[in-house]
Amino acid sequence: MDTNQYLEMFLDESKEHLQACNEHLLELEKNPEDLAIVNEVFRSAHTLKGMSATMGYEDIADLTHKMENVLDAIRNSKISVSTEILDVVFKAVDYLEEMVMDIEAGGSGKKDVQDLVNALNNIEAGHEAITTSVMETSATTLEVVQAQDMPKTELNYDEYELTVISQSQEQGFNALEVTVTLRDDCLLKAARVFMVFEILEKAGEIIKSKPDVEFLENEDFDASFTVVLLTKEDSVAIQAKVMKVSEVEDVLVTELTAESLIQGKRDKETSSQSLEQETTATEVVVKQETAPEKSKRSTNASHANKTIRVNIDRLDILMNLFEELVIDRGRLQSIASELHNPDLNETVERMTRVSGDLQNIILNMRMIPVETVFNRFPKMVRQLARDLDKKINLEIIGAETELDRTVIDEIGDPLVHLIRNALDHGVETPAERIAKGKPEEGTVTLRAYHSGNHVFIELEDDGAGVNRSRVLKKAIERGIVTEEVAGSMTDKQVAELILASGFSTAESITDVSGRGVGLDVVKSTIESLGGHITIESKEGQGSLFQVQLPLTLSIISVMLVNLEKDIYAIPLSSIIETAIIQKSEILNAHNQKVIDFRGSIVPLVNLKGIFEMENANKMDEYQSIVIVRKGDKLAGLLVDSFIGQQEIVLKSLGNYLQSVFAISGATILGNGQVALIVDCNSLIK
Amino acid sequence: MAQFGELVAREEMKVIVFQLMEKEYAIEVDVVESIEKLISVTEVPRTPSYVYGVINLRGLVTPIVDLRERFGLEVKALDDSSRIIIVSMEEFEVGLIVDDANDVFDIPLSSIEPQPEVVGTIESEFIAGVAKVDNRLLVLLNLEKILEPLKRVTSDEF
Repeated sequence: MDTNQYLEMFLDESKEHLQACNEHLLELEKNPEDLAIVNEVFRSAHTLKGMSATMGYEDIADLTHKMENVLDAIRNSKISVSTEILDVVFKAVDYLEEMVMDIEAGGSGKKDVQDLVNALNNIEAGHEAITTSVMETSATTLEVVQAQDMPKTELNYDEYELTVISQSQEQGFNALEVTVTLRDDCLLKAARVFMVFEILEKAGEIIKSKPDVEFLENEDFDASFTVVLLTKEDSVAIQAKVMKVSEVEDVLVTELTAESLIQGKRDKETSSQSLEQETTATEVVVKQETAPEKSKRSTNASHANKTIRVNIDRLDILMNLFEELVIDRGRLQSIASELHNPDLNETVERMTRVSGDLQNIILNMRMIPVETVFNRFPKMVRQLARDLDKKINLEIIGAETELDRTVIDEIGDPLVHLIRNALDHGVETPAERIAKGKPEEGTVTLRAYHSGNHVFIELEDDGAGVNRSRVLKKAIERGIVTEEVAGSMTDKQVAELILASGFSTAESITDVSGRGVGLDVVKSTIESLGGHITIESKEGQGSLFQVQLPLTLSIISVMLVNLEKDIYAIPLSSIIETAIIQKSEILNAHNQKVIDFRGSIVPLVNLKGIFEMENANKMDEYQSIVIVRKGDKLAGLLVDSFIGQQEIVLKSLGNYLQSVFAISGATILGNGQVALIVDCNSLIK
Repeated sequence: MAQFGELVAREEMKVIVFQLMEKEYAIEVDVVESIEKLISVTEVPRTPSYVYGVINLRGLVTPIVDLRERFGLEVKALDDSSRIIIVSMEEFEVGLIVDDANDVFDIPLSSIEPQPEVVGTIESEFIAGVAKVDNRLLVLLNLEKILEPLKRVTSDEF
């Protein structure tokens, strides 16, 4: 089978399942008694096994299979959860991740898993002896589910089909299983299938095919396929007729009898009612075992169906197309208002509402929760804490905070560096912590939240904090600062020295946070994303790393204002408030127009003057101003009039106009016009 | 002429012909994305005078350059025949305002000559060559020079 087209799906889903494994294993470690969690892990592992086997990645399938056995033993309370066992299972998940990565990178997904398989076997074997018989039953149950997942060589019949077969047999029909093998060099497989079906349908009724008709039509099968035919003709006649179709290699017709069906069913242990009345005790047991398995699987499947994957390029195209639509909507609105046709008006209104909803959905589709980055950290912290012999509790807050996809993709590595740093250099060893009177377990908090136009990601630890004298000593040694400057530096400035390149304060260099190359890389990556990083640290009490990221390529709220005939947008995040002042309230101070705004002197900025527009010095009796801020500095922007508040999509002016003074970008308004976005930061000195 | 060097292998070059001040100019058809009628333009403050503004080109904010201004020719109000030729450069798309654009033409490569000493008032660095076809004189433009990105358009003298 050509599996290439499924590869991407396989990779995505594998990653999802491995992530689920990780999460649930971590949970399991905290609540070793909660067997429901084991079930979750088991389900993920099981699906992974099925998928990888189908895709032909044997090593992954083998390893998952072993892992599954261990999990199954845990699930059936034959093994109790211990850190040692979890270590091995975690390792197995790691290996699986590596193999999946390898496949993604174009590799074969092969890896020597023998050691791990042995380790898993040992865990399993330690308890197997006592409960062999039970293990066997559960193993067979697994096989059944497995068999339903994967292509089968023989047919399984469900209850309905069995009833149909038995009834038609009572009426004198023969139930034939016809297996047709096409020649290897057959070019038009679908056409041959069609011809075979046509012949068979003349002879009787086809009640089942394997693979499904859909796959057959798409030539999505190997050389052979099987159909079940109810006919009054005998098997020899059918065989002869089908053989007449050209390019057919072989036709195998077997007659289905009540006995063979029952036998087949027993072999397979499929859950179904007996064809005959002889429902045996064993079958009932089997049915009970598989039924809950099935229902669980179906709930799991419905979870998986809640998301689909879409290429981000397509979302961009969708967005652009939608903007086109918005322009036309604007035109339609103005036409409608001219024509005064009630029907047209109503339709346009409806369309406006619907497209408004559509816009929200499209914009939101591009945003993904920061969780996608955060969710790999708990396991990383667990592993690092074990490596470092520290006790660390990672708290994650605000994982649902949404960020634009482009930022999400870049932010992972810097955060890994920061977390490693906090664990290695920040949090002390348990002994040190006890000596300092702190709780033995260190707490590292990862926090994400929106604020204005930015997303903040904070990493806080209750560790040792930045040691001022040690950092300064090192910085002076390295020539990063001079001794004179060092004395006058604030604690914050000193803390930020650790972001300078070539800086490492750890007494011993560990392989966890490396050689101090990490933090300056973090700084440059974040700055390249248009963000900032700041450190606040209290010696002995811990540090707070704050990363501020822009919501680039995403929606921002702006205030639209008029300047002459043009519309400009001022980001709401910079706006303190808007006001209308009387001309007489404007004062002069050193050739600078100012106003007294709530007790403080605020300089006025003549936007039209800065933008070199006409009527720059015209001042109305009542003047509209927008009070904006940069940090703690304020300024009042003079504008002609306010239009209102709106959510807009930030667009760059492109590479031709690389830098325009006081303009940070542009956006497209509902009527299709471009409005420029005022960069308040460059207007305030 | 360097940019036409690789074209020697071909015998002809397809160009879009447009008018500016009654003269005919040509751009290679490969770089032309589309030709638009004038749509609403938003002015961008504190940019060189030849940057006419930005337009919304199917969801992309695209800068527009007034070629008359760029060449230092007499500026004329836009009218119904004015067109915006959207050209796609390596890193960006820019629209060029021209008086009229209505012709696609195959120029035999042999007819392209380096520019004569005097070609109107246009700065010579903007011109890649001149083609004489059927008594028509087509001026081939050097778009790379004409559309140099504007870095730090106006510095912070504010």
